[in-house]
Amino acid sequence: MNQNPRRIVLLTMVGLIAAIAGTFLLDPYRNYLLALVAAHLCAIAGLSLLIGRTGQLSLGHAALMAAGGYGYVAGVKVGDGVVPGGLQPVLGLVVAVVTASVIGLVLGLAGARLHGPYLAGLTLAVVLALPALTAQIPALGGDQGLMVPFRSVPQALSSLIALEQWQAWIALTVVAVVLGVLATVDAGAPGIRMRAVRDDEVAAALAGIRPGRIKVQAFVLSAAAAGAGGGVLCFVDSGVRPGGYGVTLSLLLVVGVVVGGTGRLAGAAIGAALVVLLPWLIGLGTSAVDLPAEAAQRLDGNLAVLVFGLLLIGLTVLAPTGALGLLTRAGASRKRSAPSISPLSKD
Amino acid sequence: MSRSRPAIRRPATVFIAAALIGATALSACSTPEKSGSSGEAKDVPGITKTSVKIGTHTPLTGPASAGYAPISKAAAAYFAYLNAKGGVNGRKIDYVVKDDGYNPATTSTVVRELVQQDKVFAIVNGLGTPTHAAVVDYLNQQKVPDLFVASGASLWNQPEKSPQTFGFNLDYVREGKILAHYLQEKNPDAKFCVLRQDDDFGKDLTTGITQVLGKVTAEQKYAVSNESLTAQIGALQQAGCTVNLLGTVTPFTALALGTAAKMGYRAQWAASSSGGDYPSLVGYLGEDVGPKLLEGLVAANYLPFNADDDWVKLFQQINTEYNADAPFTGNTIYGMSMAYTFAEALSQAGENPTREGIIEALQSGSVKSNGITPAAFSATNHEPFGGAGITVVSKGVQAYLDGQVFTTDAQAGPVEAYTGPAVALTGEGIPGK
Repeated sequence: MNQNPRRIVLLTMVGLIAAIAGTFLLDPYRNYLLALVAAHLCAIAGLSLLIGRTGQLSLGHAALMAAGGYGYVAGVKVGDGVVPGGLQPVLGLVVAVVTASVIGLVLGLAGARLHGPYLAGLTLAVVLALPALTAQIPALGGDQGLMVPFRSVPQALSSLIALEQWQAWIALTVVAVVLGVLATVDAGAPGIRMRAVRDDEVAAALAGIRPGRIKVQAFVLSAAAAGAGGGVLCFVDSGVRPGGYGVTLSLLLVVGVVVGGTGRLAGAAIGAALVVLLPWLIGLGTSAVDLPAEAAQRLDGNLAVLVFGLLLIGLTVLAPTGALGLLTRAGASRKRSAPSISPLSKD
Repeated sequence: MSRSRPAIRRPATVFIAAALIGATALSACSTPEKSGSSGEAKDVPGITKTSVKIGTHTPLTGPASAGYAPISKAAAAYFAYLNAKGGVNGRKIDYVVKDDGYNPATTSTVVRELVQQDKVFAIVNGLGTPTHAAVVDYLNQQKVPDLFVASGASLWNQPEKSPQTFGFNLDYVREGKILAHYLQEKNPDAKFCVLRQDDDFGKDLTTGITQVLGKVTAEQKYAVSNESLTAQIGALQQAGCTVNLLGTVTPFTALALGTAAKMGYRAQWAASSSGGDYPSLVGYLGEDVGPKLLEGLVAANYLPFNADDDWVKLFQQINTEYNADAPFTGNTIYGMSMAYTFAEALSQAGENPTREGIIEALQSGSVKSNGITPAAFSATNHEPFGGAGITVVSKGVQAYLDGQVFTTDAQAGPVEAYTGPAVALTGEGIPGK
C-alpha cells in the first residue's frame, strides 16, 4: 500500500484548511447548505463504504443519524454545568458517535447473519419503528423531539464570521475527521479484508479472515459516521425531531451513494452535494417558471419533487457507475492519448 | 499490486471536489448582496418603495398539508385583494410561501432560505409547533420579525427570551380554561375526560382544562404519527366519560368522532379552535354522516365566524374573487384574519417601515386584529387574544352562542364573561383607509 496513514492525515488537514478558507467565499445561506452537505456526507461516506466494501445494504442509516442527534442532545444535557459551554458540542458529538455505534453494533451483529434484501429489510424496520419508539419513550420527546440551546459564534470570532460560517466550520471539521478515518481504514488491512469478504466469503474464511466479524466492524464504523452526521445536524438545527429521519432520508442516503459512485469517498461528496442541493436548485428553477393559476395550485410543492425524481432516474440511466464514474471515464478518455496509465486500469 | 485498491485515498481531493461543486453550483445562482439601488428604502431587508416581501413556512405536501395548505392560500388571496386596493402606504405585499412538509428539518432550511436568500422583511404565520420551534431561536438571533406564529403553544409568548416572536392563535391554556369553564357551568355532574395529542399543544390545553376542573376522569394521549384512536376511544368509553374535551387537530377530531360512532359510544364532544372547525370536519367525515356525527359539537373560537358577520361576508367575497372560490372553512377565515393583522401592523409601523418599527407598533398595543375580543399585544404580552367564544353546531350550522364569550389569563386566574364588542370591520378591511 502506497498510502500511509500519515499521508492521509496530512492531506485531510490540507483539505480541511482549504475548505474552511472556501467558506469565506460563500454567503451565510450557502454556508448553511455547506454544513448540511457536510453532515449528509458523513452518513453517505460511511454508507458508501459499507455497501461498496462489504456489500451490506442498509436502509436504516437515517435512524442511525437520528441516534446521533439524540446522542448529541444527551451529551449536551449531561455536560451542562459540568464542562465549559464551548466544550459541550464536542461532548455532544462524542456521545452522538458512541450512541450510533452501539446501535450499529446491535444491528451489525444481527445483520452479519443476513444477506442482501434481508439485511435491507431489517434496517428498514428500524427506520419505520423510529416514530413509534420516540412516541413511547417520554425522554425522547415524542413527535416534537428534543431541543438543545442555540449556539452562536464564539465571542472571539463573532465580529469576523457569520453564524452559518461557524456552523460550516464545525461541520467541515467533523467531516474531515470522518473521511480521514474512513480513508485510513479503507486503505489499510481492514479495507483489504472487507473486499475479500465481499468478493468471496468462503475464500476469505480459508485465508483466515472471519467474515462475520469484518461485516460487524464495517457496520459499526458506518454507523459511527452516520451518528457524527446526525450530531452535526443537531448542532446546526439546535434540536432533533423524529420527523426528519424517516424512510425518505434513508432512501436519499442510498441515492447519494449510488449517484455519486458506490464505494468511493469522492463519489459520496458528489452524492451528498446532489442530495442536499438539487431539491433547492430545482425549487429555484421551478419557482421561476410561471404556471397558469390552476396548474400552480395543483403542482404547488410537488413540481420540485417530480423534477428531482426524473433527474435522478436520468442520471442513473446515463451513468450507472455514478457521477464519479462518469467523471473518471471522461478523464480517462481524455488521457488515453497521453503515455500515463489511466486511473481506472488498476481497478 | 494486482489486488484491487481503494479508488480514492485522498480526502483532500474529496474536499476540493466538494468545495468546487458547492462553489460552482452555488455561485451559479448567486444573488447580489445589498444592491443599494434607488428602489430600496434605507436598506431594510424586503422593503422597497413599492413592495414589502414577507415569507412563511407551511406544509403544502405531506400528511399535514390537507389540513393546513388552505391557510396560506387564503392569506395570499387577502394580500391580492389588498394589493388590488393599493396595498399599505403604497406598498404591495409580496408573499413568499415555502413548503416544509411539516418536517422541522426542512423548516430550518426554508426559513434560512427566506431570510438570507430571499431577504424577506419578516416571517409571517410560520405554521406548526414542532416546525416553528426549530427556527424560533434562529429568527430571534438574526433579529427577524417572527410574526403571528400559527400555533397556540406558550413557546411564542416569551418577550424576554424571544422579543421578535409574536403568536396568533389564542394560547391553548386559555382555550382549555374557557372550554372547561363553559362545559362545567352547563353540565356540572358530567364525567369529564381528555383526549389529546402528545405534544405541547395537547399538554397546554390539558393544563388549562385541569386548572378549571381539577382532575379529569381519564386522560388519553396519541401521537400524530400513529393513525388509529381505537384504543384511546375504547378507554374513554370504559371509564364512562360523558363529556370529552379534545386536544386534537382536525383530522384526529374527525377520527375520534368516527371511531366513537363505530363503537356505538355516545358522549358530548368539545374541541379546541385548532380542531373544531365544522366545514373542515365535514370534509373529513363526508357530507352524508358528517352533519349527524357533529351535531352538538362544542368548540372554542376567537375569530369572526357567524355567517352574518361583516368580516365573514368580506372574506367570502375575497375568497370568491381571489381564491378561485375554494371551500370556505375556518382555515380561510384564519388565513385572511392573520393576513389582515399583518397589514394592520405594517400600516402602524409608519410610512417607512423598519423591522424595529413593526415590533414597536405591536408592543404599543395599537394593533387590534379582528378577533371577537380585541388583540392585546404589549411589551410583556406577545399573544393577541385573551379570550374566546363558544360555538355549537346546531342543525348543520356552527355559530357563536350569544353571551358566551370569556376572557382569562394563562395562569390560575378566573374565567370571566366578556361583555365588550368584537372588533368592527372598517375601511373594507384595508388598514389605514
